[in-house]
Parts: sequence; structure tokens; C-alpha cells
Amino acid sequence: MNWLFRLFRSSIGCKGIMALTGIALFGFVIAHLSGNLLIFGGPDAMNAYAVSLRELGPLLWVMRLGLLATVLVHIGAAMRLTRQNTDARPVPYVRRQNVASTAASRSMMMTGLTVAAYTVFHLAHLTWGFILHDFATAVDDQGRHDVYYMVVKGFQQWWMVFLYVVAMVILAVHLRHGISSFFQTLGFNHPRWNPILEKSGIGVATLIFLGYVSIPATVFFGLVGLDGGGS
Amino acid sequence: MDFKLHVWRQKDRNSEGRMLSTKVEGISPDTSFLEMLDILNQRLIEEGDEPIAFDNDCREGICGMCSLVINGVPHGPERGVTACQLHMRSFQSGQDIYIEPWRAKAFPVVRDLSVDRGSFDRIMAAGGFASVRTGGAPDANAVPIAKEQADLAFDAAACIGCGACVASCKNASAMLFVGAKVSQFLHLPQGEPERKRRVLKMVDQMDEEGFGNCTNTYDCEGVCPKEIKVRVIAEMNREYLRASLSHDET
Repeated sequence: MNWLFRLFRSSIGCKGIMALTGIALFGFVIAHLSGNLLIFGGPDAMNAYAVSLRELGPLLWVMRLGLLATVLVHIGAAMRLTRQNTDARPVPYVRRQNVASTAASRSMMMTGLTVAAYTVFHLAHLTWGFILHDFATAVDDQGRHDVYYMVVKGFQQWWMVFLYVVAMVILAVHLRHGISSFFQTLGFNHPRWNPILEKSGIGVATLIFLGYVSIPATVFFGLVGLDGGGS
Repeated sequence: MDFKLHVWRQKDRNSEGRMLSTKVEGISPDTSFLEMLDILNQRLIEEGDEPIAFDNDCREGICGMCSLVINGVPHGPERGVTACQLHMRSFQSGQDIYIEPWRAKAFPVVRDLSVDRGSFDRIMAAGGFASVRTGGAPDANAVPIAKEQADLAFDAAACIGCGACVASCKNASAMLFVGAKVSQFLHLPQGEPERKRRVLKMVDQMDEEGFGNCTNTYDCEGVCPKEIKVRVIAEMNREYLRASLSHDET
């Protein structure tokens, strides 16, 4: 197992961990979005989906702990790499210009920490029910937890929509660099594919942003209401 | 042309450095950047001051000794050239010009603008070679190499080891340099026998020297005077991961 420790301790091995955990979290972002979009199927579809997730029982906890572990490893590896990066230039430049880099690529630590902070807020809102608690305890006519009601009520608050949209912009900026970096870090780089990968990073990040933001936007502007249609 | 220069002055490795300002006047637009510094140094010597120490050698853009960060960009504002191939016509008369050394923990300042790039030498000594018995010179084309592969090896081997990639990187990462030196062997049959050992040793030495890590921002590609592409970093990543997972030695 010596070689495995050596790999994880190395710069490239640690970057590889960033890439693999990053793409796993990207997979979660896609899966979560596809679940969320059930809101457009009305209260029954949404609440039934929520029940089916709960019914996974122990498997749900395996998934949750796996996700949590992935997040912690992603953040832990980022912290380690970032500390090495700051240590590598003890005396800063008086003048420094960026020549080819994008703002997204230079701010991965900040965008990542912001997404992490928002995730905690998001859990406090919709999973733990600490925020807007009164909307989180509702039950629908079949006796199920009324997730649909909680989401619609939540996104009828302008500040909740505002925070959500800002967080999704930052998530998209993070993904825009993360997706194309995944390929480079694991060694996939080819002149035929590079422009496609670069554009797909932007394209996929934009699609994810639009997909997520469609939910609070349609709720806030009354296109989706408590009766399942326009309110 | 006249310029207001702000130059990093540092007595030795252990001293604190600072930016000092001075004026140069009557410079021809066809003066190279290093010649402009020569003119300034001549004046400093005549005035009884210490001349500004800076690294230089061939002044033809091929030796890799130039190491000036000019207005925040390694080798200055022109793309694909070293500082010695930069001319004052690239600036405007009266302009402020900031001149700093490469800044990285692995490149300690020796004096003023001169840095110690021994870390690059140690990375090369760790594995940047092909240890074969050469014997007599083989016949031309005795070892067939596809043109495309030869081109890839040659493009990587164009690296002159100046360290501008490290200087430009926000993380002071040396991965463009090490990637180029891995790639120049990777595409040739002569590099094959030591393929795994080479990349493992070079990357480990790179980590030990205290360089930062690549975050795929690609400023290095933008400043490289030999226009080395970041595909060499992907090749190094691929080779390192492959070698780590499959190397026979411990």
C-alpha cells in the first residue's frame, strides 16, 4: 500500500482526488436537479418522490454518508493543495497581470467555499426545516410530508429566491472550470477535443444554472403555485 | 525614449528587498530590454552605485537565463519571446516599468533580479534523461519514428527551462516545465525503457522543491517564450497516474 500513500501525497495524486470527487459531486448536482424538476409534475409527483427517497431506508444513509465523505475529501484535498500553493510564493509580486487565465479558474477556492456555505443554508431550509420552519411541517391530503408546499412557500419569499439565484451563479462558475479541469487533470487533452471540452464546460454549467433557477423563478412569478398550476 | 523604472533591489538571499525607482533617458526604441538595463548599469557604476544584478547569457532567446517579470508579466508584454528579445519600442516613452525577479519559494533571489533555479536542475537530475549505452552513432532513420510523434517530442523539447511558467502561475507551479521535460521523452522510443521511473522521480522531486500545484488556469501557456502547450501537463498527469498504479518497483 506504500504506492497508494505516495500517490495520495503527491501533487498529481491529490489533484486526481479533486477531479474524481469533483465529478462525483457533479453527478450529484445532476441527480438532484432531475429530482427537483419533478416540481413541474405537481404536488403529487414531488411528494411521492420524497417518500420514495425516504423509503430507501438504510440505503439513503449510505448515499448520504457517501456524499458527505465525498464533499469532505474534495474540500480536504483542496485545502491541502491551496496551502501548498500559497506557501510556494512567500514574497508576492508588486505588480502581477493575468495573461491567459479566466476569473473562474482563479477563484475556485472562493466559489467552492461559497457553494459549501450555501449548501448548509439549503439543508437548514429544506431538509432540517430550521429556516421558514412553519412551511416545513405541512402534510398533504395523503398524510405525506408536503415537500411541494414547503418549496413553493419558500420560493415565494424574494430573499430566498435572491440567495438561491446568487448561489446557482456561483455554482455555475465553479462547474464551468471544474468540468473542463476534470479532463486535463486526469490526462485527457487532445487538440480535437479541447475546444469541445472547454465549450461543454460552459454549456453544461449554463444548463445546470437554468435548470435549477427555473424552479424559484417559476414559483416567484406565479407560474407554479400551490394548486400545481398558476396561482 | 525615457522611462521611469521601478526595480527590485535585494542585497543577498537573506536580506529584505524593496522596489527602488530610477529614471533612464535618451533610450533608442531599438534598444533591447537588457541593453537598456546595461545602459542604466553603466551609469550606476559611473556614479559609484551598485549595478543591478540580472541573469542573462545568450541574448538570442535560446539559453533560458532571462528572468525578469516586467509590469507583472514574465518576459514582458510581447508573446513568444524572452526578455532579451524584447525591445523598448514595445513600450511608450514616459511609461512606468516595474521589474521584478521570478517569485517562488523554489527560486530564491540571489541578488536583485537574479534567482537560483537549481530546483529545475535537481528535477532534471532526478529523471530528465535517457540512460542508454550510446555506442557508435546509429544510421540515420535506423530507428523509425512517426513524424507526428517526432513533432510532439520536439515541441516539448523547445522548453528552455527559463521558469517563466512558474513565475506567471498564481500557485508558482512548475508543471508546465516538468510536463515538457516528461513529454520530450514520452514520444520517442529512446524514452520508453525509463518511462515510468522518469515521471515518478521528476514529479516527486518537483513536489519536494516546494513548487505549487497546477489549478489549470493556463497563465503559463500564455507567457511561455517557447509557446509550450498545456497538453504536456495532461501528458505528465496521465503518465504519473499510470506509473503510480502500475510501476513494478516500490
